[in-house]
Amino acid sequence: MAAFHFELVSPERQLFSGSVEAVVVPGAEGAFTVLKDHAPIMAVLKAGLIEVDETPSKKQRLFVRGGFADVSDTGLTILAAQAIPVEELDAAKLDAQIQDAEEDLKDAGTDEGKRVAAEKLAQLREVRAVLNL
Amino acid sequence: MPSLKDLRNRISSVKSTQKITKAMQMVAAAKLRRAQTAAEAARPYAKRMETVVAHLASNFDAGSQAPALLAGSGKDDVHLLLVCTAERGLCGAFNSSIVRLARDHALSLMARGKTVKIICVGKKGYDQLRRQFEKQIIELIELRSIRNLAFTNADPIGKKVIGLFEAGEFDVCTLFFSRFRSVIAQIPTATQLIPASASAQASSTGAHASYDYEPDEGEILATLLPHHISVQVFGALLENAASEQGARMSAMDNATRNAGEMIRKQTQIYNRSRQAMITKELIEIISGAEAL
Repeated sequence: MAAFHFELVSPERQLFSGSVEAVVVPGAEGAFTVLKDHAPIMAVLKAGLIEVDETPSKKQRLFVRGGFADVSDTGLTILAAQAIPVEELDAAKLDAQIQDAEEDLKDAGTDEGKRVAAEKLAQLREVRAVLNL
Repeated sequence: MPSLKDLRNRISSVKSTQKITKAMQMVAAAKLRRAQTAAEAARPYAKRMETVVAHLASNFDAGSQAPALLAGSGKDDVHLLLVCTAERGLCGAFNSSIVRLARDHALSLMARGKTVKIICVGKKGYDQLRRQFEKQIIELIELRSIRNLAFTNADPIGKKVIGLFEAGEFDVCTLFFSRFRSVIAQIPTATQLIPASASAQASSTGAHASYDYEPDEGEILATLLPHHISVQVFGALLENAASEQGARMSAMDNATRNAGEMIRKQTQIYNRSRQAMITKELIEIISGAEAL
């Protein structure tokens, strides 16, 4: 399969930069896979897993807590608010995130804020279920 | 003419000062390396973010439905200055150069009859600005207790600024910090945070035709812009941290060199006056013997 350039950056550092064959991106309106020559798209991400196929045999999974994906002619760039490789992610870390989200929900003042916080919490729970931790 | 004992005391005190400045220089050098790596690591994200925002913003040219954070509140009356400085002194002109830039900006705005409000991040800037702008300073944010800057430190500052903007507390927000060029060059910089359109338009490259948006552009921009502001604040804080250590390193290097120079001069005076004393004593003995 043809390869394209993929970059994953968080505010603190660049987490991944290199050529890959396919990336599964958890879009806010549904997950989608990016292959070479994907049409330019800009999408908001929800909390979920990014699956990176560097080669058919070398795969990597990362957990992101929201962010943006930008597909352009130069490749795919994901701006993640926070990204953790799945191997480093354990139940405790995820639980901390869930607890964080629960507190956000409690502190949220407006209805809009509550809705956003509740969504985030649901997404995190989903991730937890998928990973079976 | 100071006595020999005075000179000895002076030399030893300069020597211990030199030890301190030397130690501070080495600490700053070690911290600088860390801060520089952090600042450089954060640049790709900020850069990408800027292109994305610029790109989105270019689609909103003169659009009436553009978000307020992008287009501004339509007025230009109240200015908020977000002045980021260090928590500690002894770093050369680092703090004063940021403060000077902010002060000039504030004074020129006030001369034009605008209202100025100031938020200080970092105690040193607050100390310097307080003398002149006591009434304008609305808040001081201290980051003293934080050892390693993380995005979670910058996010609340960004949120606070947005909160104030939404409450109609100001119309234009400018961020002041020092960009890290190299150890000897830190450039005090002012960046306009809100409205974002001016800075975004400048860096817009245009020529992106058919983009898909998911969800639609307006919604993306609405979530992206507040985040963009936090990212800019975070970038500024990181640049500042690196600049501060760089400035401190060169300031302490100068101090150490000056102390060395002082020790050299004082030692020379000390030796000369000691020699003069011995000569004087010899002359006294010899002329005493001759008189007999």
